Amino acid sequence: MTLNGWLQITFFSLCVLLVAKPLGVYLVRVYDGSLTWLGAVERVIYRVCGVDPAEDQHWTRYAAGMLLFSIVSMLLTYLVLRVQHLLPLNPQHFAAVSDRQAFETAASFTTNTNWQSYSGESMMSYFSQTTQLAFHNFASAAVGMAVAVAFVRGIARKSAGRLGNFWVDLTRGTLYVLLPLCLVLSMLFVQQGMIQNFKPYLDVVTLEGAKQTIAMGPVASQEIIKQIGTNGGGFFNANAAHPFENPTPWTNFWSVFTIFLIPSALTYMLGRMVKSQKHGWAVWTAMFVLFFAGVSVAYWAEARGNPIHAARGIDVVSSATNPGGNMEGKEVRFGIANSALYATVTTDASCGCVNSMHDSFTPLGGLVPMVNIQLGEVVFGGVGAGLYGMLAMIVLTVFIAGLMVGRTPEYLGKKIQAREIQMAMLYVLVFPAAILTMTAVSVLLPAGLAGLNNSGPHGFSEILYAFSSTAGNNGSAFAGLTGSTYYYNTLLGLNTLIGRFAMMVPMLALAGFLAEKKIVPASAGTFPVTTPLFVVLLVFVVLIVSALTFFPALALGPIVEHLVMGAGKLF
Amino acid sequence: MSATTQRPLFDPPIVRRALREAIVKLSPRHMVRNPVMFVVLLGSAYTTVAFFRDVAQGRPDWGFTLQLALWLWFTVIFANFAEAMAEGRGKAQADTLRKARTQTTAKRVAKPSGTARIDRATFVEVSAEVLRRDDLVVCIPGDVIPGDGEVVDGVASVDESAITGESAPVIRESGGDRSAVTGGTKVLSDYIVVRITANPGETFLDRMIALVEGASRQKTPNEIALTILLSGLTIVFLFAVATLQPFAIYSGAATTIPILIALLVCLIPTTIGGLLSAIGIAGMDRMIQQNVIAMSGRAVEAAGDVNTLLLDKTGTITLGNRQAAEFIPVSCVAPELLADRAQLASLADETPEGRSIVVLAKTKFGIRGREVGGEQDGHHQMEFIPFTATTRMSGVNTADYEVRKGAGDSVLAWVRQQGGATPTDLDAAIQRVAMEGGTPLVVAERPTGNASAARVLGVVYLKDIVKGGIRERFERLRAMGIRTIMITGDNPVTAAAIAREAGVDDFLAEAKPEDKMALIRREQAGGKLVAMTGDGTNDAPALAQADVGVAMNTGTQAAKEAGNMIDLDSNPTKLIEVVEIGKQLLMTRGALTTFSISNDVAKYFAIIPAMFVIAFPALQALNIMRLHSPQSAILASVIFNALIIVALIPLALRGVAYRPAAASVILRRNLFVYGFGGLVVPFIGIKLIDVLLVVTHLV
Repeated sequence: MTLNGWLQITFFSLCVLLVAKPLGVYLVRVYDGSLTWLGAVERVIYRVCGVDPAEDQHWTRYAAGMLLFSIVSMLLTYLVLRVQHLLPLNPQHFAAVSDRQAFETAASFTTNTNWQSYSGESMMSYFSQTTQLAFHNFASAAVGMAVAVAFVRGIARKSAGRLGNFWVDLTRGTLYVLLPLCLVLSMLFVQQGMIQNFKPYLDVVTLEGAKQTIAMGPVASQEIIKQIGTNGGGFFNANAAHPFENPTPWTNFWSVFTIFLIPSALTYMLGRMVKSQKHGWAVWTAMFVLFFAGVSVAYWAEARGNPIHAARGIDVVSSATNPGGNMEGKEVRFGIANSALYATVTTDASCGCVNSMHDSFTPLGGLVPMVNIQLGEVVFGGVGAGLYGMLAMIVLTVFIAGLMVGRTPEYLGKKIQAREIQMAMLYVLVFPAAILTMTAVSVLLPAGLAGLNNSGPHGFSEILYAFSSTAGNNGSAFAGLTGSTYYYNTLLGLNTLIGRFAMMVPMLALAGFLAEKKIVPASAGTFPVTTPLFVVLLVFVVLIVSALTFFPALALGPIVEHLVMGAGKLF
Repeated sequence: MSATTQRPLFDPPIVRRALREAIVKLSPRHMVRNPVMFVVLLGSAYTTVAFFRDVAQGRPDWGFTLQLALWLWFTVIFANFAEAMAEGRGKAQADTLRKARTQTTAKRVAKPSGTARIDRATFVEVSAEVLRRDDLVVCIPGDVIPGDGEVVDGVASVDESAITGESAPVIRESGGDRSAVTGGTKVLSDYIVVRITANPGETFLDRMIALVEGASRQKTPNEIALTILLSGLTIVFLFAVATLQPFAIYSGAATTIPILIALLVCLIPTTIGGLLSAIGIAGMDRMIQQNVIAMSGRAVEAAGDVNTLLLDKTGTITLGNRQAAEFIPVSCVAPELLADRAQLASLADETPEGRSIVVLAKTKFGIRGREVGGEQDGHHQMEFIPFTATTRMSGVNTADYEVRKGAGDSVLAWVRQQGGATPTDLDAAIQRVAMEGGTPLVVAERPTGNASAARVLGVVYLKDIVKGGIRERFERLRAMGIRTIMITGDNPVTAAAIAREAGVDDFLAEAKPEDKMALIRREQAGGKLVAMTGDGTNDAPALAQADVGVAMNTGTQAAKEAGNMIDLDSNPTKLIEVVEIGKQLLMTRGALTTFSISNDVAKYFAIIPAMFVIAFPALQALNIMRLHSPQSAILASVIFNALIIVALIPLALRGVAYRPAAASVILRRNLFVYGFGGLVVPFIGIKLIDVLLVVTHLV
């Protein structure tokens, strides 16, 4: 570990802190409808789509709208991918995407997962990338934010279960937040040398005389929303490790920073909307503590490197000329600190874009991204998804610990009772039901084991990571698992849908139930949700809920791999 | 009802009964109500089968499986025992209640045949318990009327103060509106024959007994929510444990089903799952030990949630009676004269206020109370004017002068009528008394004789005496975040002064029953939970509206029906204890839930390395407790898991230690004890059991 590395991580942390308030205030104004500078565009959209923007939807209607929008847009993408060879903007003349691949990709992008078991540059036409995948990058992010905002409304108001208007939230989130941010920041990317064109791929002769095809495309525009929308689906297979997708240290900083941009601001919005800014900051702090712990472990593990290397006399100590540590699978342009930071951030949030290969991390370094995902991606988290996931954790925290102050549990004046706990538990159950069950099936079936390139605990980690990543709607991979098979395409595609909608619907229900309740005014007897103690408690609950679920599995994966590595064996 | 005598926690008869019950409760029909323990039951059954299979196949580790099976059964039985213990205490309480009921005796008379008169001279003394509807009982002076009924013969003055708070006796006679009598009231004079209208078994006491016994116990809303959480966690662990075998097979470290069951039982929240119902029952039991009968567990839970307490001033905040504290003469009047006249006017006044004036005059100025109609001091032919609601004053007429005392405006009206004037400094005196929370009583006199004008002598300061220690109690409530509102019929100025002195947060002055109701509604509309006490019939609607309505046992039937708790001691201050017990109940639940979940960390560190250390010797690094062997580690965890239930039964029954404080303080303390403690204790406990197992060669 180097001072330089820590300074960069500190600088990143400060930026995440500083952006929370200004963007948070802006988000409040976007979702309460007080911003109107794009009112004309908005009105046209509502008129064309037949939306009554004044309608305040019951949570069931809100959820129905969300599901309808997602299903229809997913089917549309499936269709386009299947016929992309007939459509324009296909200079490389890519063929139609196969059915299983099209299903998985459509599901994956609709659910903000962006798990890719294909190489973008050798399968997707520009048309598919820009009209479908980029569309979902915006839409799935806007849907996530809408659900988060609806949840916060449920806490803040007493409105007979009404949570706002899905279509309005979707439109305003895209129009006022995502589009302007992308417009401005993509310019920054282009300025740094990121490409943006519709040209056919270039055939060049390298210095050694070999012929090489250089992939082209509208990268910058796709890249920025992939970060801001915590989507993570790369334009190229190498994702943010590709020089066109992440050319300079600055683009690296901007892309990792923009992942936390909206999630950080959402905590401020939470505080503002529930009229307890301190609570917003408490949630931010809990997220930050978990982030910082993760990045510290990952950085430490990667900088420490592989003890077997050290034992064989390889210099793993960093110096001016040697990055030291474990550089396998890392871009030399970014080094260890930025790779560890990127890996932590991309899995804290449900982004999943990578600038290094998680599969090549040390066992403990790889444990961090895996655990981050299994925590439910609530550490800042995916846009919207992180906040409502954390709110589910808060509901559980308040329920378990809240009793200890001698009152039936309440969260910001809303009583947490049987129905709310039911929904929170449904949410909690999705992960073990999807991830553990599917992993268990896959490690027994030949079809599951067929795609494995590594054996032993590491092979197990690859499968566990794949199902964690898809159920968590993350999209990053412990590569090494060949995912483009019928078995994995289908199962992983299904997993993304379960991980998205089986969580969103209970969350909207929970929000709706909360919105039916009276608000009990706070007093000295109220469970405190603004104190450092609450932060500690929340961190602890987040950790223990996932630890209890995944510890046995992790013990047979990264943990045992780490211990065995100490004994000089690798997988 | 002297239930204040504490029953020891492990009363031998209760323990014996509970042990028997613990086995009876193993019936799956009973167990299925508790999903967590039901899973343990299934696991125990499977492990038992596995044991017989091991024996049949002659496998070497049958001894281990046997021990595993036994401890799993113990886990279930211990949980049942905890519940049975809590119920047993309730049943013992019910027996006490029954005894209390039989102690009231009644004089039953024979039913007359045809139109013959009731023969009230020949009666049989029976216990009130055997009385049936339509039985006739005779009540003579000094008798407590044994049950609700209707007067069919005779006329008597009855002291109903126990119900109405009115000390003046009322007339009850057969026929007409005044024929209904209530159990618990006392005949003062004459006699009445009462036809009983409620069977035993339908009376209030009987319903209480049923409640105490827990016969009709239903899960409270919070218990339901907690059960959902615990069931959810159980399912999470089912997934974690069920998928572990495939993972183990992949890793070449397949394990046995009994060991997986052991892991599952250790992980699922058996501690809280086993003690949950015991905690609830014990909470109601603690209420009973305070002589409060909660009509439902829901009410006890609501008590913990209360935000606002409505407290009647009289009897709760202040002593029931006002007392004369000072004589304040107007200018040109000697204090002695005022005291003398005030005392004279109060001689025939039997109210506590009147008595206190006599006493104050005596202690302050040595003026002795004179015999009414006596010859001393020349007070011949005294004629007393009683207090009436219309004149709002009382007084005395002697041969020399007339004296009046009473409410300011009434006495002043009398003075003016008699040609007198209002002294300039009277208003200041009245104001001063009112500001200090007292009641001013104006005293005036008029020399007998046609021409003399009346004159005001001064003011007697009747002081409300705030109960000792009440201020500190309100401070404790405030620390808990509970607001107290005093309800009084006094004017706002007086009310404010008493509110200040007693330290309540707010007051409702000049309150009428409908004002009280409106206040409750207003508080509830703001999301608050309201608790109040009440006794009169006009309290009934408010008692029903309040989230916690504590009816006084001496109150009317209507009030008792409307409330959801009854205080057998009829002590309104007890509302505070009621709230504390409610809070303690919820805290106990939360503390044990936290403890139960925290325990899992240690159990993972015991069992996971034990399961896989053979396949991956490197996993020995996770065996941070350095447990002896895989078998000892697993067994020690299961034994700890079973024993901790027994160890926590006293805590479940008694409730966690409770001191009133702000939520943040309580949370910090409980988190440290039960959260942090829950992390640490099992590491120590499992290690100890592991050592014992090795020493005793059980593994």
